[in-house]
Amino acid sequence: MFDFHPQLKQRFAALRTGGEFFSLRYVRESGQHLSVRKNVAEPPSLSRDEGAMLSVRVNGVEAYAATNDLSQAGLQAALQRAEQQARLIAGHALLDLREQAVSSDRADYFSPNLDQPFPSLSDCYQMLGEESAAVPKDERLVNWQVSIGITQVEQIYLNSAGAELRQAQRFVYPGLDVTAYDGSDSQTRTLGRDNFGQQGGADVISRCGLLGAGAQVADQALQLLLAPNTPQGPRDLLLMPDQMMLQIHESIGHPLELDRILGDERNYAGTSFVKAEDFGSLQYGSPLLNVTFDPEIPEELASYSHDDDGSAASKQFLIREGLLLRPLGGALSQFRAGLKGVANSRACGWNRPPIDRMANLNIEPGEHSQEQLIGGIEHGILMSTNRSWSIDDARNKFQFGCEWAQLIENGQLKGVVKNPNYRGISAQFWRNLSAVGDRSTFKVLGTPNCGKGEPNQVIRVGHASPACVFHNIDVFGGDA
Amino acid sequence: MSTTMNQAEQFKALVDWLRNALREPEQFSLSYAAESSAFIRFNHARVRQAGHVQQASLDFKLINQGRHADLSITLAGDPQVDRQRLAEGLQQLRETLPLLPADPYLLPNHNGWHSQNVQDRPLPDTEQVVAEIGRAATGLDLVGFYAAGPVSRGFASSAGAFGWHQANSFNFDFSLFHNNGQAVKASYAGDLWNSADFARRFEQAREQLAFLGRPLRTLAPGQYRAYLAPAALEEIVGMLSWGGFSAQAIASKHSPLQKLYANEANLSPLVWLDEQVGGSLSPAFSDEGYPSQDVALIAAGAASGQLTSSRSAAEYGLTTNGASGSEYPGALSMRGGQLPQQEILKQLGTGLYISNLWYLNYSDQPAARLTGMTRFATFWVENGEIQAPVSTMRFDDSVYSLLGTQLEALTQERELLLSPSTYGQRQTASTHLPGALISRLTLTL
Repeated sequence: MFDFHPQLKQRFAALRTGGEFFSLRYVRESGQHLSVRKNVAEPPSLSRDEGAMLSVRVNGVEAYAATNDLSQAGLQAALQRAEQQARLIAGHALLDLREQAVSSDRADYFSPNLDQPFPSLSDCYQMLGEESAAVPKDERLVNWQVSIGITQVEQIYLNSAGAELRQAQRFVYPGLDVTAYDGSDSQTRTLGRDNFGQQGGADVISRCGLLGAGAQVADQALQLLLAPNTPQGPRDLLLMPDQMMLQIHESIGHPLELDRILGDERNYAGTSFVKAEDFGSLQYGSPLLNVTFDPEIPEELASYSHDDDGSAASKQFLIREGLLLRPLGGALSQFRAGLKGVANSRACGWNRPPIDRMANLNIEPGEHSQEQLIGGIEHGILMSTNRSWSIDDARNKFQFGCEWAQLIENGQLKGVVKNPNYRGISAQFWRNLSAVGDRSTFKVLGTPNCGKGEPNQVIRVGHASPACVFHNIDVFGGDA
Repeated sequence: MSTTMNQAEQFKALVDWLRNALREPEQFSLSYAAESSAFIRFNHARVRQAGHVQQASLDFKLINQGRHADLSITLAGDPQVDRQRLAEGLQQLRETLPLLPADPYLLPNHNGWHSQNVQDRPLPDTEQVVAEIGRAATGLDLVGFYAAGPVSRGFASSAGAFGWHQANSFNFDFSLFHNNGQAVKASYAGDLWNSADFARRFEQAREQLAFLGRPLRTLAPGQYRAYLAPAALEEIVGMLSWGGFSAQAIASKHSPLQKLYANEANLSPLVWLDEQVGGSLSPAFSDEGYPSQDVALIAAGAASGQLTSSRSAAEYGLTTNGASGSEYPGALSMRGGQLPQQEILKQLGTGLYISNLWYLNYSDQPAARLTGMTRFATFWVENGEIQAPVSTMRFDDSVYSLLGTQLEALTQERELLLSPSTYGQRQTASTHLPGALISRLTLTL
């Protein structure tokens, strides 16, 4: 581990620049994606990636250069390219960073169970094959796939102020989906995949529930095929954690990103209905809503000690008892906006610069068991597992869809319905939060696929949440 | 030019090394991708972030007696280091293959085809571009992203195939914001920066911005006549591209167009849609090593061809047409119609002029029912005249309605839209689309 560190330190020490501050972020990543589809092993997709980003500040203007050439000459050339860019844009720069503080921290961070070997490729294929074979023979089951993705990342951050930050992490993404088709309609049921990922080792596969799930997931796909459409009209909505993560992500996470509020993303990812002056005064949700940036849950995808600009990360309440307190903004955005934020300046790899990202964004558990949540609903619906998401560029008007739903009448869970969708407006939706599940309903989830930024970046984010109930939400079904 | 030659020669050297390192009956394919890109990000008409990215990688497939595995390797640009990385990769794949069963759907191309396409027009000077953008945006709230530089793609196989594609290009994707929060989106992209052309494109955006200053119109949910400009239509076509034309998605019932491909539904006879790689910016070969073919996907509103990778060809008994492994189109082209551009507002009469759509997804995928948002310049038009910008609205409608029963006309003129996407690397995809006049668009929120 970190076997390139001594060489990298030597090369960093030998770099020369006319800038007042510079940094190097080295990333080495290896991955494997294994899949069995309809009992046929697909060829493994393996990867090895390595490179570095040099960043330099010249008279308060910063620029970066990313390079695949890690030799002394290659790193020096990249630093010069960055310096050249900084000088080139000096007369046009938006920001003067001469007064911005830089990190001098030193720390190491490791994923849990990193020292334990992961099951071999053969063992993984055997496990995937067994789950695939457990999908029953039924001519309506037209497609199924069991997969596992493993990514290992080593990152070393060094800067001219003396910071030295190393992190070694392993991310695991198990998944299973089954599609049923009746000659006209098709319905898919999914476990894990884009809705589940954690740091760790083989323990992640167990926590996902993949082992032994093939038959049950297939049965649920067949149930959906036979189910009636979701009825239209207002209902109380019980969202399970694997839909809550999407709801948090789109209608709390993105609108609270400080770079969006500062306008950086207006040409691509969008802006926000939240304004800088709202922090400390806006009642974002009902008093039951407590939202945290929490890098301290070891297995959650974006747990770390420092972000990619070298800022130390700690748990912070962004929303407490419904009141908006703090944005998702890293050191640079905090400097620009004059607001306290969090350590969430992150890059998806060595070839992209850090920007404000979500990291781990969680809802704190409440006091109700799942039975109590259901028991408290007179006319409602339970929805689970996101399958569709759409929201406006200010992250306000949304429409989300799930794979699975069951109606709730008079405190009782009733029949399955298909094509469940709901829509609302972020600024109002969270004020309808009427009950929050306790720790027994709380799940640590996450996705590898959050897209943002110019140049574009897709990054892993963690979301942990209990099940939650929202009062009087507009729900509807599909065409079939 | 020297960078181009160096990259092509470095790739050839790696291919030659690998040919010599193989042991019978091993086979290989190697895909190559590289770029050297300047990235400049603007906010409030100033440079928010500037940088440069230099990267190169190989996708290496090793085949031995029906078993195969893929390894992506980042290259360093140093011949010795890269040869060492390839050698280590070969060793890793040799150790992996015996652990795998033979793949019944492996269908390598045994043809030794050759393809070469190099476009190395000089790129604009970054300093000049930043200065021109700064001058044009004086007094305006511009937000945008400029990406420029050479992009290279290569392919080689043990069967003797060799393809090389290199093109210099730039893409300036930008928005102009009115102080009321409304904005207009535009882009200027290509391989030859012409200051007069850029100024003209910028002026068009500035003219649209003037309309955005009028008082905002808020619409009630309901059904409206609408014109979708090519960039708005691109969002719909782009959403359908996720599995819509994929042979595997169609067979496994994941395609949003499964009813079209099952002949249970049709689009309007006005709709003709092709994957037209010839003459596009995309490489003339797939990542699987097959020459890319033009494919008629929809003809007169009915399903025609599918995008068929070699894997799907083997699994479903089809013939591959050089589609990528993901079976995602790279150069969609829709035939134009009869509506002249200058008649759009008159023919629309009263309704919505929609420049862009945003964040589409499915309300019911097998039924091809889509939802999404208006974004950027959307106008309320009465009696053929623009009246007011419209506040952001959500639509929810079926493709079989939007491009089927409710499609009134397509414009004669089409726009070539070059992808500004930079996920992982700068993309070479493009779409060539007309605008669409629609009798009924359903707004829901």
